[in-house]
Amino acid sequence: MSRAKINTTNETVKKLKRQDLIFSCVGLTVLLSALLVLVVLIYDMAHTGLPRLSFDFFTSYPSRFAERAGILAGWVGSLLVVATTALLAIPLGIAAGIYLEEYSKKNWITRIIEINILNLAGIPSIIYGIMALALFVYQFALKQSVLTAGLTLALLILPIIIVATREAIKTVPSHIREASYSLGATRWQTIRYHILPYSFGGIMTGVVIALSRAIGETAPLLTVGAVIFIGFLPTSLMDSYTVLPIQMFNWISRPQDDFHVNAAAAGLVLLSMTLLLNGLAIYIRYNFRKKYKW
Amino acid sequence: MTTDEKNKMLNNKKAALKRKIQEKLIEFILFICALSSVVITFFIIYTLVSESVPFFKEVPISMFIFETEWTPLFENAKYGLIALISGTALTTTIALSVAIPLGLITSVYLSEYASPKYREIFKPLLELLAAIPTVVYGYFAMLLVTPFLQKIFPNMSSFNALSAGLVMGIMIIPYVSSLSEDAMRAVPQSLREGSQALGASKFQTSIQVVIPSAFSGIASAFVLAISRALGETMVVAIAAGLEPKFGFDPFGPTETLTAYIVQVSQGDLPQGSIGYRTIYIAGLTLLIFTLTFNIIGLIIRHRLEKKVR
Repeated sequence: MSRAKINTTNETVKKLKRQDLIFSCVGLTVLLSALLVLVVLIYDMAHTGLPRLSFDFFTSYPSRFAERAGILAGWVGSLLVVATTALLAIPLGIAAGIYLEEYSKKNWITRIIEINILNLAGIPSIIYGIMALALFVYQFALKQSVLTAGLTLALLILPIIIVATREAIKTVPSHIREASYSLGATRWQTIRYHILPYSFGGIMTGVVIALSRAIGETAPLLTVGAVIFIGFLPTSLMDSYTVLPIQMFNWISRPQDDFHVNAAAAGLVLLSMTLLLNGLAIYIRYNFRKKYKW
Repeated sequence: MTTDEKNKMLNNKKAALKRKIQEKLIEFILFICALSSVVITFFIIYTLVSESVPFFKEVPISMFIFETEWTPLFENAKYGLIALISGTALTTTIALSVAIPLGLITSVYLSEYASPKYREIFKPLLELLAAIPTVVYGYFAMLLVTPFLQKIFPNMSSFNALSAGLVMGIMIIPYVSSLSEDAMRAVPQSLREGSQALGASKFQTSIQVVIPSAFSGIASAFVLAISRALGETMVVAIAAGLEPKFGFDPFGPTETLTAYIVQVSQGDLPQGSIGYRTIYIAGLTLLIFTLTFNIIGLIIRHRLEKKVR
C-alpha cells in the first residue's frame, strides 16, 4: 500500500472516531438537558411553594384569601377517588390480563380484545371524561360523586394494568407451568399458586404506575364535575368532592400571584406523591428482578 | 370391590366434577373481565356519536367544515371546527418538532452508545418526564417558560401556543425514546458486528444499519407521540389561552379541541345545552384523529412483528 493511501485511511479513521465522539457528546447533552428540565421544574416549584407548606396548608379548606386557603379537601378527595379507582380497576385489570395470557385461544374474539386494549390505551383521557359525563353522571344518575370519579379513572387506567399484567405473566417460563400440570394441578391452581406469585412484582409495578397516573389526572375529572370550591369532606361515595390537581388548576387559573404560590405548593405535594409512587415502582421491579432468575 | 372402595371412587369422581365446574366458572369470569374492555370502547363510541349526531340535524355539517370561526356559545353562533383543529395541529406540530428529534437522539445514545450501567440509571429518570402530572407541566409552561420566552420574543402574548407546545414536547420525549430504544435494541447484534467488520463507525452503523432495521418500531413510537400530543389537555388549557382562532401563529393564543372541552366543562353543564353538545362534537373529532393514528401505529407494529418472525 502506498504511503498516501495509508495516510488517507488514517485520516478517515480519525474523522469517523471524531464523529463518534461528537455524537456521543450530543446524545449525552440532549439526555441531560431533558433531565435538566425536570430539575428546573422541581426546583422552581420547591422554591416558590415550599415556604407555603405549613401544617395549616394541609388542614384548611379553600378560601377567597390565598394565605388562608389549603388543600384539605383536595388531598382527602384524591385519596378517596384513587382508593375507589384501585378497588375497581386492579381486580378487573389483573383478571383480564390473566385471561388473555393463560386462557384465551387464538381466535377472532381474542384478536379483537387485544387490538381493542391497545387502542384504549391511546385514547386521550379527556374523551373518557366526556364519555363518563354522559354515561355515569346522567345516564346512571350517579351525579358529580366520588363514585363517578373513581369509575372514570378506573376505566382510564384499566388498559395500563391489563398490559402490565400480561407482560409480567409472559416472563414466567413455561416449564413452571408444565411442572405444575405434571403434578396434577389444574389450570387455576397453577395460576393461583405459581404464575401469580412469580409475576406479582411485575404486576404491582404496573399497578403502582397506573395509580400514580390516576392521582395526577385532571382533565377527565373536570368534565365529570369535580367541585372546585368545597367547604366539607366527602363522607360517602355519593358525595361531591374535589381532588388535588383540580385544586391546583383552579389556583393557576386565577390572576393573583398569591394564588400561584398556593398552586406551586399544591403542585409540590402532587409532584412528591407521583415521584414517590414511581420510585416505589422502580424499587419493586428491581427487587423482584433480583429474586427470580430463571 | 368393597363398598368402601366404591364410595371412594364415587367421591373422587364428585371431586373431579366439582373441580371441573369450578375451573370452567373461573375461566368464564376471567373472560367477562377481559371482555369488559370491549364494552368500554363500545360506550365511548356510542356516547360520543349519540350525543353529537342530533346536533348535525340542527346545524348542517357544511357549517362545521366551511366556517372558520368557532363561537358556539355566542348569540351569533358559528361552528367552524377548523379553528379548533388548526389550534390542535399547531400545538401538536410544535410538540413533535421537539419530541421527535430529541427523543430519537436520546434513544440512539441509550441503545448504541451508553454503557448498560448508565442506561439502567437514565431510562427510569427519563421516564419520570412522562409520569409528572400534566397540570404541573401547565404551571411550568405558563409561569416559567412563557416569561422566559417573552424575554426573547417581546411581543409574544402571555398565553401562547409556543410555550405550551414546547413543554408538551418535553413531556412526550420518553414516549418516543423508550419505544424507539426498545426497537433498536431488538436489532440483532450480528447486523452491528457485520457493519463494524466492514469498517463502519458506531455512528455510521447507527444511522445506516440500526435505524433502518428498527424503522417500524421507531415509526410506531412516532405515531404514539402524535396521538399523545393530539390528546394532551391540561398544558394547552392552562398555557395556550382559550381563544379559538383559525391560523398558525405560535406567538399568539389559540385553543385546541381538548382545551375547548375543558373550558366549557368547568361550569355546571346541563345535559342537552349547546355547550354540552358541542363538547361531544369536539370529542368525536378528536377521537377520529387519534383512532386514525392509533390504527396506523397498529398496522406498522403488525408489519414489524411479521418481519421479525
